[in-house]
Amino acid sequence: MKKDIILAGVGGQGILTIATILGTAAIKRGMNLKQAEVHGMSQRGGDVQSHLRLSDDPIWSDLIPYGSADMILSVEPLEALRYLPYLKEDGWIISNSTPFKNIPNYPPEEEIYREIKKIPNYVLFDADTLANAQKANRSMNIVVLGAAITHLGFSQEEIEEAIKAIFAPKGEAIVEANLRALLAGIETK
Amino acid sequence: MPKLMLLGDEALAQGALDAGISGFYGYPGTPSTEIIEYAQKSKQAAENNIHRTWSSNEKTALEAALGMSASGKRAMVTMKHVGLNVAADPLMNSAITGASGGLIIAVADDPSMHSSQNEQDSRYYGNFAMIPVLEPGNQQECYDMAFYGFELSEKYHIPVLLRLTTRLAHSRSGIVTKEPIPQNEMRKPEDMFQFMLLPAIARKKYQHHLELQKDFMRESLNSPFNAYKTEASSKKLGIITTGLAYNYLREAFKGEEIPYPVLKIGQYPLPEKQIHQLYDSCDELLVIEEGMPVVEEQLKGLAFPGLKPIHGRLDGYLPRTGELNPNLVAKAFSLPDTIGRPVPEIVVGRPPALCVGCPHSDTFLSLNEVMAEYGRGHVFSDIGCYTLGFMPPYNSINSCVDMGASITMAKGASDSGLFPAVAVIGDSTFCHSGITGLLDCIYDKANVMIVILDNATTAMTGGQNYTGYGKLEDICLGLGVEKEHIRIFVPLKKNYPEITQIYKEELAYNGVSVVIARRECIQTLKKKNKMETVE
Ligand SMILES: Cc1ncc(C[n+]2csc(CCOP(=O)(O)OP(=O)(O)O)c2C)c(N)n1
Ligand code: SF4
Repeated sequence: MKKDIILAGVGGQGILTIATILGTAAIKRGMNLKQAEVHGMSQRGGDVQSHLRLSDDPIWSDLIPYGSADMILSVEPLEALRYLPYLKEDGWIISNSTPFKNIPNYPPEEEIYREIKKIPNYVLFDADTLANAQKANRSMNIVVLGAAITHLGFSQEEIEEAIKAIFAPKGEAIVEANLRALLAGIETK
Repeated sequence: MPKLMLLGDEALAQGALDAGISGFYGYPGTPSTEIIEYAQKSKQAAENNIHRTWSSNEKTALEAALGMSASGKRAMVTMKHVGLNVAADPLMNSAITGASGGLIIAVADDPSMHSSQNEQDSRYYGNFAMIPVLEPGNQQECYDMAFYGFELSEKYHIPVLLRLTTRLAHSRSGIVTKEPIPQNEMRKPEDMFQFMLLPAIARKKYQHHLELQKDFMRESLNSPFNAYKTEASSKKLGIITTGLAYNYLREAFKGEEIPYPVLKIGQYPLPEKQIHQLYDSCDELLVIEEGMPVVEEQLKGLAFPGLKPIHGRLDGYLPRTGELNPNLVAKAFSLPDTIGRPVPEIVVGRPPALCVGCPHSDTFLSLNEVMAEYGRGHVFSDIGCYTLGFMPPYNSINSCVDMGASITMAKGASDSGLFPAVAVIGDSTFCHSGITGLLDCIYDKANVMIVILDNATTAMTGGQNYTGYGKLEDICLGLGVEKEHIRIFVPLKKNYPEITQIYKEELAYNGVSVVIARRECIQTLKKKNKMETVE
């Protein structure tokens, strides 16, 4: 298996946590992994992205080549569009539809949705509302992850195991909230 | 043993810990910061009492590391590329004194300037100082090069420069670790001449340094980090890659065998013999390097008739500036390029901005009220979160050059008659390079108002401690700023009347005044509160 994933969002929305969970599950399987992170200037409310590469074979570049990502996994709809040049022809966009508006010229949501819907394979859904419904307000990122895992070839159990391992130090309640968020995402079609 | 998933920065730190390091020294700077941060969080480092606190700046850090090396122990100094400008003096001179315990100067370059003022390439400094340079190509090499670098340094008593670039420093992958080795014993320098660069001694030492060059060359030739693949189906082209450019080459060919001979460089000086072999056996050369065309320039030297074509960043095969990526490398071979859909037109930028509630924001807005009557061009500033004060809605500052330059540029401008001349500088930046500039102002009784933004942290790079924390007034007093012209306020909206009054009074004073805006960065405050609730 080989998956190249662009993770996208705004600073502080938790895309690195998604990367850590997928990475943990991949390593459990004995896969290779490379993950380029963004640190520094771009964290002050700017856009952030991470290139996550998982493969059974050796991985060379830390960066995903343009036109070859299997998925853009975005916790914010405008950010999902920013990385389209990386997506391959039949790649998937999985995106939260709730906008994060910290700029005065944020485009109208409807136009953003229209652009996302031009991509043959997409899942666009309101992950914020689903997270809130699960009383897991801070786990919107995990809801988005949940919507992606079957497209990435991971099972629910594998991801649950990774979530338990990663959030265990933060206590049982946080583990449970994230597991509920994951399930809510998985059930999204 | 399970693989550790580490950033390039972290792999280097873990390598150094396992290789028996006794002290990390450094000043924060993207993308190098995580080297020391990793050591600060490491249990292994704590148990072995490894030095790992921040220094005032890169120069003091390198000198301290040299002192530790002089006492026989292994030390590493870390910084971002522009930090090496600050530390250039001890760099050039430590090349002549040499080291005793292993000394690695780890510098992280930032091609494409993701968070930097420029994209200078530290390998030039390596050439300039004529010391060995290591350039890891992946996270495992970061780890392994810590061991190798210390050994090389001790073998020739020479500091070793280790160059990282953003994509490796900030990219994570699995690494295999080795059995840790113990630290060196402390020992006094045996040779009382070694660190004594009086001209008569320095001349001899420089001669010795020149003689070492052939040893460095031999080491490069035999280096485990340099590889020369001679078997190839075509000799039309010979390829030289440095550091992580090799990965992009492999990616561009989709992991298939490269049809051309490839010389992969991870250690400098360049192994001349192999370069000559490659040149002689191929019709043309292509140099693929991250950063500036250091190797390409070296190979081209002065163009002379009959030279075979050498391609790279200088002739447009690769872009002259910016980071490499697999697509750019594929294009250099005219391989089919891949590109997805274009970014839709509606997508707008999301530039970084000061956090909502940032103390700098109130300092700028109140300053604007007072400065409005003078127009723009009076406020010199510096590097940190507060550089965003250049952007709307603030438009408060007019310069950001190098750390500390706000104070000294304001002084120079004031010397030339500009009034008012204001400097706005962060607390960490002030302690890094502002103090000496302030002393210049006091010495000349310059007519400047210096605003120090005391947010209790080095926020820009993620919230590190800094050396002068809690001592800012004392430092200013001690340097000779008059007590009544050291003013302190809390940057909050409700205090604007008081703040603007302070600004006005200090602008009216013909001399050096220091105004300290004191309120903690809300990000570090949040972190602290979080930790308290966990405890
Ligand atoms: C010579 C040099 N070293 C390090 C850096 C990286 N750097 C940029 S700003 C900054 C610190 C800023 O801290 P401070 O002055 O306290 O301002 P704040 O970000 O907290 O507002 C650092 C370390 C640099 N640009 N140049
Ligand atoms: S991190 Fe701190 S100093 Fe930087 S913008 Fe945010 S609040 Fe201001």
